[in-house]
Amino acid sequence: MSGVRFPVSLSALNRKLLRDLLAMKSQALAIAMVVAAGIAMFVMYLSNFESLRATQRAYYERQRFADVFASLKRAPLRVAGDIAALPGVSVIETRVVANVTLDLDQIEEPASGRLVSIPASRRPRLNDLFLRRGRWIEPGRPDEVLASEGFVVAHGLNPGDRIPAVINGRLRRLTIVGVALSPEYIYSIRPGELVPDNKRFGIFWMDQQALAAAFDMEGGFNDVVLGLSPGAQTADVIARLDRILEPYGGLGAIPRALQLSHWTVENELAQLQSFGFLLPLIFLLIAAFILNVALTRALALQRPQIAALKALGYGNRAIGWHYLKWALIIGLLGVVLGIGFGAWLGTMVIALYNDFFRFPVLIFSVPLRVVVGATTLTMVAAGAGAFGAVRRAVRVPPAEAMRPETPARYRRTVLETPFVARHLGTTGRMVLRNVMRHPVRAAASVFGIAFAVAILMTGLVFSDAIDRLILTQFWEAERQDVTVTFVEPRGDAARYALAELPGVIAVEPQRTVAARLRSDYRERYLAVSGVPPSPRFKRIVDRNGHPVRLPPSGVVLSTILARALGVVQGDTITLDVLEGHRPVKRVEVTGLVDDILGLSAYMDLEALHQLMREGSVATGALLLVDSAQEARLSAELKATPIVAGTGFKRAVLKSFREVMAANMSLSIFINLVFASIIAFGVVYNSARVSLSERSRELASLRVLGFTRGEISLILMGELALLTLAALPVGAVFGYSLAAAIVSSIDSEVYRFPLYVSRSAVAWAWLGIIGAAVVSGLIVRRRLDRLDLVAVLKIRE
Amino acid sequence: METSSSEARGLVVDPTMPVPLFEIRELAKVYGMGDVAVHALRDVSLALDERQFVVLLGPSGSGKSTLLNIIGGLDVPTSGQVLYRDVDLTRADEATLTAYRRRHVGFVFQFYNLIPSLTAEENVALVTEISEQPMLPEEALQMVKLDARREHFPAQLSGGEQQRVAIARAIAKRPSVLLCDEPTGALDISTGIVVLEALQRVNTELGTTTVVITHNAAIASMADRVIRLADGRVVSVEDRTDKLSPSQLSW
Repeated sequence: MSGVRFPVSLSALNRKLLRDLLAMKSQALAIAMVVAAGIAMFVMYLSNFESLRATQRAYYERQRFADVFASLKRAPLRVAGDIAALPGVSVIETRVVANVTLDLDQIEEPASGRLVSIPASRRPRLNDLFLRRGRWIEPGRPDEVLASEGFVVAHGLNPGDRIPAVINGRLRRLTIVGVALSPEYIYSIRPGELVPDNKRFGIFWMDQQALAAAFDMEGGFNDVVLGLSPGAQTADVIARLDRILEPYGGLGAIPRALQLSHWTVENELAQLQSFGFLLPLIFLLIAAFILNVALTRALALQRPQIAALKALGYGNRAIGWHYLKWALIIGLLGVVLGIGFGAWLGTMVIALYNDFFRFPVLIFSVPLRVVVGATTLTMVAAGAGAFGAVRRAVRVPPAEAMRPETPARYRRTVLETPFVARHLGTTGRMVLRNVMRHPVRAAASVFGIAFAVAILMTGLVFSDAIDRLILTQFWEAERQDVTVTFVEPRGDAARYALAELPGVIAVEPQRTVAARLRSDYRERYLAVSGVPPSPRFKRIVDRNGHPVRLPPSGVVLSTILARALGVVQGDTITLDVLEGHRPVKRVEVTGLVDDILGLSAYMDLEALHQLMREGSVATGALLLVDSAQEARLSAELKATPIVAGTGFKRAVLKSFREVMAANMSLSIFINLVFASIIAFGVVYNSARVSLSERSRELASLRVLGFTRGEISLILMGELALLTLAALPVGAVFGYSLAAAIVSSIDSEVYRFPLYVSRSAVAWAWLGIIGAAVVSGLIVRRRLDRLDLVAVLKIRE
Repeated sequence: METSSSEARGLVVDPTMPVPLFEIRELAKVYGMGDVAVHALRDVSLALDERQFVVLLGPSGSGKSTLLNIIGGLDVPTSGQVLYRDVDLTRADEATLTAYRRRHVGFVFQFYNLIPSLTAEENVALVTEISEQPMLPEEALQMVKLDARREHFPAQLSGGEQQRVAIARAIAKRPSVLLCDEPTGALDISTGIVVLEALQRVNTELGTTTVVITHNAAIASMADRVIRLADGRVVSVEDRTDKLSPSQLSW
């Protein structure tokens, strides 16, 4: 052996340590890579968690993010005094909020804008804005607005630009004087959509007087936010607030926890945390297993040296510590690689976050805590993996250690039934018996490879799930081309007017009412939809795309809504309608649907009309459109006063796919890399250890006249057996893992369909077989270079 | 454990009288290798003195290695006693035996058992780093005339050179006893003689009690005491006065 000379004054034992490690560097590297993969995930997820969490906290505090949010129809300003007087309320801000259509030249379809009022002469007391560019609005200039940064960036706008907005039927040109961000809209999404679309949705802050004037709210407000004093009872405040606002068309107050933007960020944080612990743990477990196997073999080869060290007077503790350091150094290498890799991945993920979440500043950093945590976890895992093996090797009494190892015990395996034995051949028998010699080790290798299959599969399953989701949502559930919402409920005339527009082939009216659903325990605010007996366009569909028929009476709820309310099919709930004459009715839950998006409640359209004591009224319409005429229709719709918002399916789908594509490719790439690292790590190490254990007998076979190809078959046969056994196990793991992740993602905002296609399984298998073949080929090169003379000369 | 009990009592010691270093009484060892029990030693009793060059002679399977291992604290007997200067090794625990080996015993094995990833000097340093008053590694290598090869790895040394490095490693701690299990077993006659010369030098210059196991009767001619073993028993003990020097040996 030619070795490294050390200029530093290292002890002889430590020099041995480093040189021995260098001698097994490829195995050590493979193990370190598995550790690195796990630590990379740990660092990536938890660093992002810390960055996001810290930024969120600072942002909320500096901008005075509100604690309670409520919308209503209209209340006079003096009511604010009553609200301010509630116990627990320390700050109150009344606002006017409205949704408008934007008529932009850059895009065909109409975009939506949310106008939110701000005082002209001071900063808002709550939900203050962060001004990125430009200036605040001036009092007395009603057309000045601050625009949300996402919208401005998506359209390449600058302060000074003007955008046309249809406000109350009239086209007004609003001047953007500043670009702003708000803690209320870190995540901004059009209701009913799956992903944020900055091109088609923007938030604009306008002078309160001007906004009130435009929407007939002078002297009044339709939106209020509260800041609570420490120790205030949120639920109590909300209950009292609802009572005050009820006569003014209050739509139900929500605490910060349910505010959409905040909720989304919190959800993301929770996911980062759970992924950041669970997945790395599994990687480290696998690394510990591989380490154990590799180290056990290395220690077996070190027997004579252990004997020599003992003879020289080194005690068990010193020798054990020496070998434990092997494991710790490999672990440390993995930690260093992992932190680097994880930091790199983390910056990429943060870049994605910066698209979705609008913060004044979101920077990525790896906190010391994460580094320390990563190192400690790894040291523990490495130590655990090594401990048993080292203890066993060191404990051997020196006299015994100097004697050769007893020859390995083989026996006929249980699998060798006469039928199998006849067809197996000598080679096959050798392969089988060697695998079965260490059944626990074989099983653990199979599990390791199976886990790699599972990881790869999960990535592919999610990509499939997205496709499935699109199919279900956009082709099964909503079959219209255009969705139109009206400024307020309209009669049949609106429907006929729409039918006259260019390109419109068919119109299906929509009726939704804002309502509060109450069970004995809980309540939820949502829109109840009236559904005709045979809906043509918008159908009730579960997450796997199967349509659900509406029973003749009662309501059908989203399964997750029922769970949130604590009710099951057959129970009765109270329907508190918040519009019109505000009827209250007890209804039976006659059906549940495990759907994809949001919280939904459906009832028969006629029954709804009767409840609201109205004729055929619609709050919107679904259109089937001739695609050649879409541009003309779009222009017409922008100019139609009764239309509050429009959604063109083609555009929505396109933006959804773009967003998902970016997300998914990164995700699949990461999955592929990590799965390969595990598969490679397990197979390569298994092969190296096997080669080491069997080199003498394989060399003997060569001397007897076996070709290189024939003996490599023996070695590779073992790997092939383990890999093939792992494939079906991996498919099962993959299914369970995907199911677990899907159910952990399930929330009130969206659910994923679980659809494991055959192609996902097949590609995962192919990927892992590929990794196994590559590591097999690398080991085969070693096998080919086996120095027969040297191997046979080594005394056992 | 450093001074003999008689010196401690302040008695006058006659330098010409042999001072017993080891007293072995009714030693027996049975061990199982696989499923077969082997009686390696049966009722062995003998004494070894300071500064003595002892050769343990016997065919393979006669129990020589087992005896050596027990004397060196590498193994424990099934029954019997080994006294090293009034200390009963057979009653000692693992820690005590380790300390005993560390300070008082040097081992030389038939297959050298050098650490392949360390140079000659580093192999010796392994020992000097844990000893209280060791020689310098270069000094030990000089004693076996391998000072010039101290930067070489075992793979770069011949069999005889490796064995001499092993001897240097064994004596660097200035042990009281040097135990050699078939030191020339893997070497040819001329290399073997060089190794035996090294052993003799150590015995003469350092005064280390040297016990050499061999099946080669010719080597017995250079010993002060020859103990013959067969089938796990002591067959004869012979004290010689006309010992030869290694260069005079032939086999």
